[in-house]
Amino acid sequence: METLNYLLPIVWFCILALFLFLYVMLDGFDLGVGILSLTASSEERRTILMTSLSNVWDANATWLILMGGSLFGAFPLAYSTILNALYIPIMIMVVGLILRTVSFEFRQNSRRKLFWNWAFGVGSFIAALGQGFALAGVIEGIPVDANGHFIGSSWDWLNWRSIVVALTLIQGYVLIGSCYLIMKTTGKLQETHYKTAKIAAVTTLIGAIIITTVIPIFSEFARNRLFDRPFIYIFALIPLLGVALILLLLKSLNDKKEVTPFVLTILIFLLTFIGLALVVFPYIIPPSITIYEAAASPSSLVFMLIFIGFLIPIMLFYNIYNYFVFRGKITSDTSL
Amino acid sequence: MDILSDTLTLSRLQFAVTAIFHMLWPVLTTGMAIYLVIVEGLWLKTKNPDYYYHARFWSKLYVLNFGIGVASGAPMAFQFGTNWAPFSEAVGDFFGSILGFEATMAFMLEAGFLGIMIFGWQRVHPLIHYISTICVAIGANLSTFWILTANSWLQTPAGGDFVEGKFVVKDYFAAIFNPFMVKSVSHMFLATLETSLFVIGGISAWYILKQRHTEFFAKSLKIVLAVAIAVTPLQVYVGHLSAEQVYYHQPTKLAAMEALWETIPAGEKADWSLLAIPNEKAERNEWEIKIPNGLAYLLEFKPRLEKPVLGLKEWDEKNRPHMIGLIYYSFRIMSLIGIIFVGIMLVSVIQWLRGKLSPEYISRQRWLLWSWIWAAPLGYVAVEAGWIVRCVGRQPWTVYEKLRTADAVSHLPPENVLASLTVFLVIYTVLFFSALFFASRIVAKGPDFNLPLPEEKLTPVEVTPAQHMPDSRPLV
Ligand code: HDD
Ligand code: HEM
Ligand code: HEM
Repeated sequence: METLNYLLPIVWFCILALFLFLYVMLDGFDLGVGILSLTASSEERRTILMTSLSNVWDANATWLILMGGSLFGAFPLAYSTILNALYIPIMIMVVGLILRTVSFEFRQNSRRKLFWNWAFGVGSFIAALGQGFALAGVIEGIPVDANGHFIGSSWDWLNWRSIVVALTLIQGYVLIGSCYLIMKTTGKLQETHYKTAKIAAVTTLIGAIIITTVIPIFSEFARNRLFDRPFIYIFALIPLLGVALILLLLKSLNDKKEVTPFVLTILIFLLTFIGLALVVFPYIIPPSITIYEAAASPSSLVFMLIFIGFLIPIMLFYNIYNYFVFRGKITSDTSL
Repeated sequence: MDILSDTLTLSRLQFAVTAIFHMLWPVLTTGMAIYLVIVEGLWLKTKNPDYYYHARFWSKLYVLNFGIGVASGAPMAFQFGTNWAPFSEAVGDFFGSILGFEATMAFMLEAGFLGIMIFGWQRVHPLIHYISTICVAIGANLSTFWILTANSWLQTPAGGDFVEGKFVVKDYFAAIFNPFMVKSVSHMFLATLETSLFVIGGISAWYILKQRHTEFFAKSLKIVLAVAIAVTPLQVYVGHLSAEQVYYHQPTKLAAMEALWETIPAGEKADWSLLAIPNEKAERNEWEIKIPNGLAYLLEFKPRLEKPVLGLKEWDEKNRPHMIGLIYYSFRIMSLIGIIFVGIMLVSVIQWLRGKLSPEYISRQRWLLWSWIWAAPLGYVAVEAGWIVRCVGRQPWTVYEKLRTADAVSHLPPENVLASLTVFLVIYTVLFFSALFFASRIVAKGPDFNLPLPEEKLTPVEVTPAQHMPDSRPLV
């Protein structure tokens, strides 16, 4: 019983991390393509960009809803306190998601597409911005009282560091979006995205360097964790691996590989993600509330685990099947 | 102004605005998914291409609505945490799990197969396509099931106790099968189906009236009619059962639905109020038309009541709902629409039996076709009215008799909520009119009979790095 009570919140922390990672990776390239569409040089290119997402954007965005619902059920206190504290970033994200989502159908049906082009690109940008602010807000810590209720002010998340985090996240999304487009397109359009991928790889690296040096300076919580005994070795390794991966990525872009850049980018995301998870764990509302304090009762966690745990492989299966059905390149008749 | 500086009122308003707007879209997609399963099945069975073109045509309206449904669902998913944090913390163990199930079981299923359903006609075997359509329909209707389970639990919390303000679940199945669940899910299921039927029927009637593709749209009208024969009367009956369960479990809401101020004791006759002008200040109705003994028959089907019907004055002002007029009229509007639907169905069936719906005669049934056209938006009105009865009637409780709305709201600066509410109002207004505009454009264009019929045998596809297989999806 004791071990169960100890393990269940960890299991749920891992499931939530999985959902969040899938979201960041999958909707990450959706949002990245959306942001890139702002720079598309012709209506035709924009059409191809949006078509490459038409069968997947919804399922990809649903991982976020999944993560939200599961967080609500598994860690009610974290769901309520974090969302309450981050009211403004969450609303920014939601508004961005609304604009981006409706643009697919509205653009397709409209004759003059300008407005919905902007709604799509700007919406994607705003959604990513909101997510970046929220991420920064959580990493830097949320002030709570003894019961875990939010006691800070509603603009706590806004400072220059959170702006750096948000911009870096946007760069990361642009990077993975470019790599996705490299796989899905051909010809000149593909050339363009080899270029955007390179630029984004470099800017993401710069952002990551700033964040990893700055966060320990400003956040006591992160600093203590980073220089803790067993962790310091892992944290020393992560940046090295990260730089190596970025170099490999740049090389694969130079060699005009099609799938490798996407895979490498996913690895880079994964590495960052593991790093962040290790900084946060076992807290779920840094710097004071652990997963044990925020978890729902063990019986709820078991109940949810039965249903949701059983569904995870099934969901993965049909999502992969969806990608399989629409594999291949998007083409249009004229050359771009 | 007062309202503008009160977080509670603003958060309630924001919930109302976002929920009412969200509701407009899933209502059509959940019901229409079932219709799409029917026509695609007919196509596979009869091989009549008309049914294929039906599936293609209606799914255009489907995706348009679907997109806005998903977009407006995102604020719903996060709002419990942002605006109702104490509520989320108190009931998360159960309510949160249910929302988690909804997302994993329902949303993902729908989203995962939608791409194949819309774009996959040429890419997968027709049978696999059909399975995808069925999965989309199952996903949509499962989300009705789970969200109504969650909401019913707010109306009749069961399966555990509140300990120090936190709900502790003892029995998950008792919580899921709470007293309201079965009937409310059924009522909502029928509501989505009925609304969609009348939208499809109304649009079909418009084409027939304009004599565009008369024979083609006579088919959809008849499919709709065949389903409506069962659905419309059933909905009135299930609606009646819903009112009964309110009578047993939520007396404050029933009193508000009936604008009943004074208790009617057991053993008395009880009149049913047809129309009234409720005056909340004076705690009475200014003017009223009553149907003698109607209420006793409606609630217990007996000439004299066995149980008293409690009036609003039984409760302190703090413990009963406000906006009685809104609740009272919403309930009557919804019921009236239910009855109108039955009426339209009956007249149409009679004309059908008389052979007046055959291709030669059908476009001459002008008044009948016009009534279908006018009925198209009514389902939405009924759905929204029903939710107003349900949610406003539950006040002042968020979890009935357990958690007050005033204690459920997050402490937020009112400016923040005002700002987000304003942004939602602006965006939703734009979306609403854009959706109407684009939907009417899709309808004006009509079905596209040039779409290729899917082939039985797919050309085998092999991807080699050198020669790229075209992803033959239509460009959006
Ligand atoms: C008719 C039943 C019904 C009701 C009462 C509600 N919804 Fe809904 N909702 C659906 C039926 C639905 C749906 C038809 O299943 C949608 C439309 C598109 C979709 O994927 O699911 C949907 C979409 C949808 C989405 C987007 C899912 C996605 O990204 O794919 C969310 C987050 C919610 N809803 C959440 C809610 C919440 C929190 C509600 C309570 C206030 C609510 N819905 C009421
Ligand atoms: C099934 C899912 C739903 C759930 C779980 C739900 C729950 C809630 C909650 C938590 C509130 C805020 C607290 C309160 O005022 O009690 C609320 C208010 C409200 N909801 Fe619902 N709701 C649901 C669906 C809907 C829908 C679909 C509509 C409208 C079409 C609706 C209309 C309203 C209105 C009008 C209010 C404001 C009531 C008031 O404060 O006077 N609800 N609901
Ligand atoms: C004579 C016919 C009808 C009656 C007597 C009736 C009765 C009711 C009652 C009493 C409620 C409130 C239940 C509660 O508060 O828990 C309700 C809710 C509702 N009604 Fe109806 N209704 C009727 C027709 C319709 C029709 C035609 C539609 C839509 C097409 C509809 C859609 C809804 C919806 C969406 C709700 C809220 C969710 C729910 O309780 O399931 N109703 N209805």
